[in-house]
Parts: sequence; C-alpha cells; structure tokens
Amino acid sequence: MQNSATVSYDYSVAKQFMIISIALGFIGMLVGVILALQLTWPALSNLGDEYLTFGRLRPLHTNAVVYGFTIPAIFATFFYVAQRTMKVSLSESKFLSTVAQLMVPLYVIILALAVFSFLFGITTSKEYAELEWPIDILVVLVWVMWGIVMFGLIGMRREKTLYVSMWYYIACFLGIAMLYLFNNLEVPTRFISGYGNWYHSVSMYAGTNDALVQWWFGHNAVAFGFTVPIIAMIYYFLPKEAGQPIYSYKLSLIAFWSLMFVYLWAGGHHLIYSTVPDWMQTMGSVFSIVLILPSWGSAINILLTMKGQWQQVKNSPLIKLMVFASTFYMFSTIEGPIQSIKSVNALAHFTNWIVGHVHDGVLGWVVFMILSAFYHMAPRVFKREIYSKQLIETQFWIQTTGIVLYFTSMWIGGITQGLMWRATDEYGNLAYSFIDTVRVLFPYYAIRALGGILYLVGMAIFIYNIFKTATSGKILDKEPQFQSPMGA
Amino acid sequence: MFHWLEKNPFFFAVGVFLVIAFAGLIEILPGFAQAARPIEGLKPYTPLEIAGRQIYIHESCNSCHSQLIRPFKSETDRYGQYSLSGEYAYDRPFLWGSERTGPDLHRVGSYRTTTWQEDHMKNPQQVVPGSIMPKYPWMFKLNADLDTAYAEAYTDKVVFKVPYDEPYGVKLGTYEEAKKDMLEQAKTIAGEMKDPDVKTAIDNGQVREIVALIAYLNRLK
Repeated sequence: MQNSATVSYDYSVAKQFMIISIALGFIGMLVGVILALQLTWPALSNLGDEYLTFGRLRPLHTNAVVYGFTIPAIFATFFYVAQRTMKVSLSESKFLSTVAQLMVPLYVIILALAVFSFLFGITTSKEYAELEWPIDILVVLVWVMWGIVMFGLIGMRREKTLYVSMWYYIACFLGIAMLYLFNNLEVPTRFISGYGNWYHSVSMYAGTNDALVQWWFGHNAVAFGFTVPIIAMIYYFLPKEAGQPIYSYKLSLIAFWSLMFVYLWAGGHHLIYSTVPDWMQTMGSVFSIVLILPSWGSAINILLTMKGQWQQVKNSPLIKLMVFASTFYMFSTIEGPIQSIKSVNALAHFTNWIVGHVHDGVLGWVVFMILSAFYHMAPRVFKREIYSKQLIETQFWIQTTGIVLYFTSMWIGGITQGLMWRATDEYGNLAYSFIDTVRVLFPYYAIRALGGILYLVGMAIFIYNIFKTATSGKILDKEPQFQSPMGA
Repeated sequence: MFHWLEKNPFFFAVGVFLVIAFAGLIEILPGFAQAARPIEGLKPYTPLEIAGRQIYIHESCNSCHSQLIRPFKSETDRYGQYSLSGEYAYDRPFLWGSERTGPDLHRVGSYRTTTWQEDHMKNPQQVVPGSIMPKYPWMFKLNADLDTAYAEAYTDKVVFKVPYDEPYGVKLGTYEEAKKDMLEQAKTIAGEMKDPDVKTAIDNGQVREIVALIAYLNRLK
C-alpha cells in the first residue's frame, strides 16, 4: 500500500476503448431504432436496396452493442480498475503496455470488418456468434492479448489480495474464451472442397446439438458479457463514488461462486419445448430459478452498501444511475426466471416479451452501469470536472422514460401475441390467423420505437457531456478521491 | 480457502474454470451421439436446396422466422406435426430462430406453392395485407452461388459423413455433375414460376437466388 502514492496509472488504453465503446454504442442503438421503425413501417426496410433490410441490420445491431459497445467498455473499465485495485501501472511493463496498445487498432479492424460483413449478409446465423471464421480468429487473438495483459498485471501486482472486481474480470475472460471457442467451431468449405467462397463455413455441430451448443453459448455470453463484468464495474465504481465500503465481504463471496456454478446450467431455458432432451430443459428451468439467489445476492450487497447514505441518491446523479442500474438488475433477474418456468415459457417464447426482457436488462442495467463508470472515470482520465450535472439529470430522466415505454409496450405486445397464437373459438379451432397477431402489434411497435428514440437522445446527451468534459471542463489540480466533481 | 484463492490468482482462475466448465461437460457431451441420429427416410439437402438455405441465412430470415414447432395443439393446428430431433440431423447450422415476428416455417413446403412463394417474396403486402416483411426484388436479379453450395455439400459428405451418393439417395457427384443436377432441379421450379427474366436466365444456364430459395422452402415439410 505504501507504494501506491508513487504509482502513476496509465489510462491511455482505457481512454481509447472508452471512445470506441461510446461511438459504437451510439451506432448500435441508432441501428436498433431503425429496426424498431422498420417493424412499425415495413417500407423502411426497402430503402437501401438489399443492404439495409431488417435481416441485414438485426445482426449488426446486436453485434454492435455486444462487441462494439459492451466489450470495449469492459476493456476500458478493466484497464482503469485493474491498475488501481492492484496498485500497478501498465506503463511499468514495456511488453504489457505494447500488447495493450496493439489491442486497440486490432479491435477497430475487427469492428470495421464486422460492420461490412453484416451489411453484405455474411453471417453464420448463430445469434451473437454471427461473425464468420476469419473474423472469429481475430477476436480470439484480441482475447488472448487481453489475457496476457490481465495475468501479466496480476503477476506484477503490489496489492496481493485480488479485489472482488478482479474476480469478476477473470471470470469474464475465462467464460467468454471457453464459450466463444466451442460455439464457433466450424469447417471452412473452400479448404475442403476447393470451390466457392473462401470465408464460408459449416458448423461443427448439426441440428439439436448445434442448438444446444449455441444456447449454452448464447445464454452465457450474456452471463459473462452482460452480467459478470458489469458486476465487476459496480463493485468498484459505486463504493468509490459513494465513499462507502462494500456492505458484506461474505455475501460477495457467496454470490460470486454460486453465480459461477449456477449460470451455465440455465442456458437450457432457451430450448424449452424444443427437441433437446427433456431433462436438460428441466435443468435449465430449475437452475434459472436458483439463479435468482446469486443475482440478488450481488444486487442486495450493492444496495446495502448505500445503507445510511441514501441522501447521496438525491444529491449525486451518478449514485442515482448506479442504484437504478442495480435495481434494474434485480428486476430483470426476477423476470428471466419467471419466463423460464415451463408453462410461462410456453406463452412467452418466440414473442416480443423476450425482446422486452433483454432490453430492460441491457438498457436499465448494462448501459446505465457502463455510462456511470465512464462518468466516474472522466474526471480522472481527462483531469477535468464533469461538464454538467444538470445534463446527467436530464439524460437520466429521458432514458428512464424510454426504458419504461420500451418494456411496457413489449410486455403487453408479447403477451398479446402469445395469447392470440393459442386462442381458440367455441369449436376448438384457432381463433386468429397469424397475420392478425402481426397487425395487432402496430401500436406497441410504435411505442417501442418512441422509447428507443428517447433512449438514443439520452445517449446523445451523454456523448455531448463527455465531449464537453474532455474539452472544456474545469481543470482539476488533483485527482478527486471519491465523489466525482461536476459543474452545474 | 477462499481467502487463499484471492491471493493465488492462478488457482483462483483454475477454480473458476472448473466451476463454469462443469455444466457444459454434464449437459453437452452425453447427448451428442443420440441426438445426431437422423429419422428414418430423412434425405440430405440437394445442392440447390443448400444454395437456397445459404440465401435464407444470408438474408437472416431466421431472425424473424422460427423452424421449430412445439408440441402444443395450437402449434400443430397452425403449422403441422411437431418437430422431431432427427429431422434436423443434416442442419448445419440449426435454424430454429428465437422470434416469431413472422410465422414458423418448419413445414412451409407442405402448404405453400412455388407461385405463392414467388408472389410473396416479390411483394409480401400484396399477398398478405398487413404483412411487415420486406420485399426481396434483388433475389429475382442476382444469381445463386452454386459453387459455395457445392462446397458445403461436399464438406458435409467428406467431413460429416452425410450420406450423399448412396443407392436411391440424393446424388452429389463431381462438381460438374452437381452443377448439372442443380440446373435440372432449378428448371423444374422455374417452369412453375411467372417471372420471365427468371425463365430466360435458366435457359442461359443461370439460377436466380429466388429459384434456389424456393427449392429450399418447398423442401421444408
């Protein structure tokens, strides 16, 4: 600890990934809004020839927010948090800082290739694993580089005990590595046959097996990309911003190990009533319910950290954002298990209720937490005061309104869809044709699009606020210890 | 023990890995051999159907359409017999989808015809008023990638032992033979279609995307 005063942290890589994350986050959300509008007014799907249809843009949206926004945000916060909690600077090792710096251009290349390949319809069709094998190889390369830097820094650390956030970053690294490798095993067809496109491949697994591997991946990519590293962030940034110690060390320990064990089993809930073996569906369902415990364990631990300090929620918009985020984490981790109950799943699966669930989780929890982390980092990284407190408040309320419109419309629309698909008349015949269940969604699609637009406006306010912070915020003469300083 | 792990990152990482790998080992490995068995009489996709399937993936049809009929009366009434695991034995990748923005397509070939598909792909709103599906006019202009379709079928045959070229089964043969068969199958479908350009193209030995896609959709039964 005594050395910490002399360590000067190197934020260059953190800053660059922060910029990538913000830029791609905006693009990803913008594409999301376009998709929402296309479902409301289908003529919009045919404006850009073959390149801008719903089918081409949908993987672009999901990949932009997963690989363009969230993963760079994980890198950005990692390079910030890891150095500080381990009392070691990236600049102390020439090798590690070179590897870290190389990750940035390589990642930009991956993102550029991904955008073009999706617009041109080059996709493997597997959700969140749509990238074809040449890009997969680059992704694996970046991941290995991250691992080298992570364990290199761990090897050099001065603070011997790993802080809770570091547990979660390590788990994120290992989990994604395992899932990504196994789900993307595919055979390039040109190498085998000598004909056709060089980038085309076929999956190593067929049919039901493929589905099983895909949803083992798909569900847990959410776990290790959208939950685990976000918990890493909140465990660092909330106590730091609030100047409060974590409520319970034991609770964080129990929540961590049980989350690790339970999460992987829950993938089966994507395959309920499909052709995968029944016991796996039941396991998926049961473990999804069990998953409430570790999820709420973390969330409660975070909320109780604010015990006796609730006035901060009123005084600091950043604390408000983070408390809101963990509340939404609790909310979507109770909603998910409910949807995993077999009889509920029979109604909910394939409907927009699932879309609603995904978005209350990511918009309320993931994005809000990442934006708060960036707000907290900004004064330390740019050495300037946050430009405007008022803008954070405005952003918060606009985006919150957007989230509420989003999930309420998708709930009502989704459950309506599900009920209409199964409704029968007095003779037991189906009461509605499929197109009836499409037409009925129009108002809900429209409200959802409005919610998305509001959220995007909030994101634009965030970007403006960060930009002004970096360029014209009041210069700080020393690094703030806890609460981030902000202008009116 | 946990305190010790927090000071020993290597063992910490090993511990985390074992805990997260456990579920995968238990769930995924044992199911494999059994689930991969095809139902009796299941034929591999013809190369033209594979070309169509590649277009289906290329346009991400699976982001709006499922191919999985669940065992409920409301689903079997609407879409036909519920789906069986063995029906998917040759599906690489699987295309179950996760949303039904549009209807399920697992047995669409048993109740839609070539001409219905043609009209619908050209202008969905004209066939189904209120539909929110995009129009796909370029499928009537662009040629299907038959080479990559052959490459995929060939890979399925040699790497995954999909039974092509067996007696009374689906023929693959050499590249030239497969090309000839693809054109043959395409001619039958184009013969039922209305679009004059698609027909002229076939006479010139070109297979438009729409023809391959319809070959695939008709095969879904």
